[in-house]
Amino acid sequence: MKPLTQFFNSLFLAELFKGLSVTGRYLFKKKITVQYPEEKTPQSFRFRGLHAQRRYANGEERCIACKLCEAICPALAISIESEEREDGTRRTKSYDIDLTKCIFCGFCEESCPVDSIVETRIFEYHGEERSDLYMTKERLLAIGDKYEEQIAADRAQDASYR
Amino acid sequence: MVDLILSIYEIPVINILLKIIVILVPLLLTVAYFTYAERKVIGYMQVRIGPNRVGPRGWLQPIADAMKLMFKEIIFPSGANKVLFTIAPTLAISTALAAWAVVPFGAEMVLADINVALLYILAMTSIGVYGVILAGWSSNSKYAIMSTLRTAAQVVSYEIAMGFALVGVVMAARSLNIGDIVGGQSGSGIWGWYMWPLLPLFVIYFISGVAETNRAPFDVAEGESEIVAGFHVEYSGILFAIFFLAEYANMILISIMAALLFMGGWLSPFDGIEFLGLGSSFLATSSIVWLLSKTAIFMFLFLWFRATFPRYRYDQIMRLGWKVFIPVTIVWIYVVGIMYYGELSPWFVKG
Repeated sequence: MKPLTQFFNSLFLAELFKGLSVTGRYLFKKKITVQYPEEKTPQSFRFRGLHAQRRYANGEERCIACKLCEAICPALAISIESEEREDGTRRTKSYDIDLTKCIFCGFCEESCPVDSIVETRIFEYHGEERSDLYMTKERLLAIGDKYEEQIAADRAQDASYR
Repeated sequence: MVDLILSIYEIPVINILLKIIVILVPLLLTVAYFTYAERKVIGYMQVRIGPNRVGPRGWLQPIADAMKLMFKEIIFPSGANKVLFTIAPTLAISTALAAWAVVPFGAEMVLADINVALLYILAMTSIGVYGVILAGWSSNSKYAIMSTLRTAAQVVSYEIAMGFALVGVVMAARSLNIGDIVGGQSGSGIWGWYMWPLLPLFVIYFISGVAETNRAPFDVAEGESEIVAGFHVEYSGILFAIFFLAEYANMILISIMAALLFMGGWLSPFDGIEFLGLGSSFLATSSIVWLLSKTAIFMFLFLWFRATFPRYRYDQIMRLGWKVFIPVTIVWIYVVGIMYYGELSPWFVKG
């Protein structure tokens, strides 16, 4: 730019007025704020929220205590103990996920050969003490029972991409 | 009963106290809702909604903020000078409010109609800076003292430019009395306002006003990205709220002064001109409504600036003040002198 033009541009605050016109225009634009508790943004079926353990349709728990999820978990949030059940199958004695350690990467779900451990769409949960965020086998199964319909629908939607 | 009330009203002390209340209560309410307007306007400019949870559409937000600050603990930093630490916000607010004594709201509506009103206001805004300086110094905090140094240098520089800008007004009106200055702009509607012959001074006055009140883009004194919150970093609770009040009261003062000195104050833009038969309608009558709406324009500009401009660098502020504003004002004072001798109509016609 020529020095003279530059001088007059800065003297008459040309760029500042340009900036003001931008914000002035935005003053009247449609606002995009999502009013959270009343409005919610759409969720993907791949959303990785609170964990759940699933059962087969006959009520048998899916988990076979292969401990692949425990092995892959990068945050070491999963701890599993297994034993032989009376019918001779290997089952978990305890299956704990420490949600305060979990980073919600979804590797446990990826590694699971029987689609037992899954991450649901639930993200609005809280714990009032640390033990509230320590998910035991019973609690995981209960979540799975409660939201099985949603979980199954989400897996079905994702199936063609796998 | 009515006689009794009237006779009480006639007692000078009570009379003045009542007038002070009539000025201060709406002023403080305006300050409260100015903060709300600020958050809303800046929010809207950033495609957000702004506060809308407390009360209908967020209207109770400033009340909630005030309550919160009142109930918070006042913390004195260790090593702080407690006396100065408490005096600082008091100084800031008392000068910010005292300046309002001479601000006229109409031809007759003025608490103290003194002849050096303009000088008085300049003096009060200058003393107000000591509140900021004391606050930073007494806090015993590095950030606060940095901010104080910046404020002192910045405000002193811009006071000169502002004073020179007002010299132009005084030359045009031949008076320091604000009522007379507004009176000097009457008679030819919007064209009679001093903003036309004094346009550069008008712009410089308002920008210096923004710098004087330490508002964006000249808010290096607060500079939250570098020095946390500047001079009030150690303040909490009601003492912090008082700094806030003072800052906003000063912003409104700068706005109303701009309206009074350059935009004809309470005069209507259609005052004294016959146009489509407006000459005698409500639009042509001078009233406080005009003054307040003109003030509102400048108050909105403060918010608009804050939403738009990034903060000036410290050396840029100094350069702008000393190497741009002061030379421009001095040159324009000469131009005003020429206009004065040329009796340029309608502003410089000798009465």
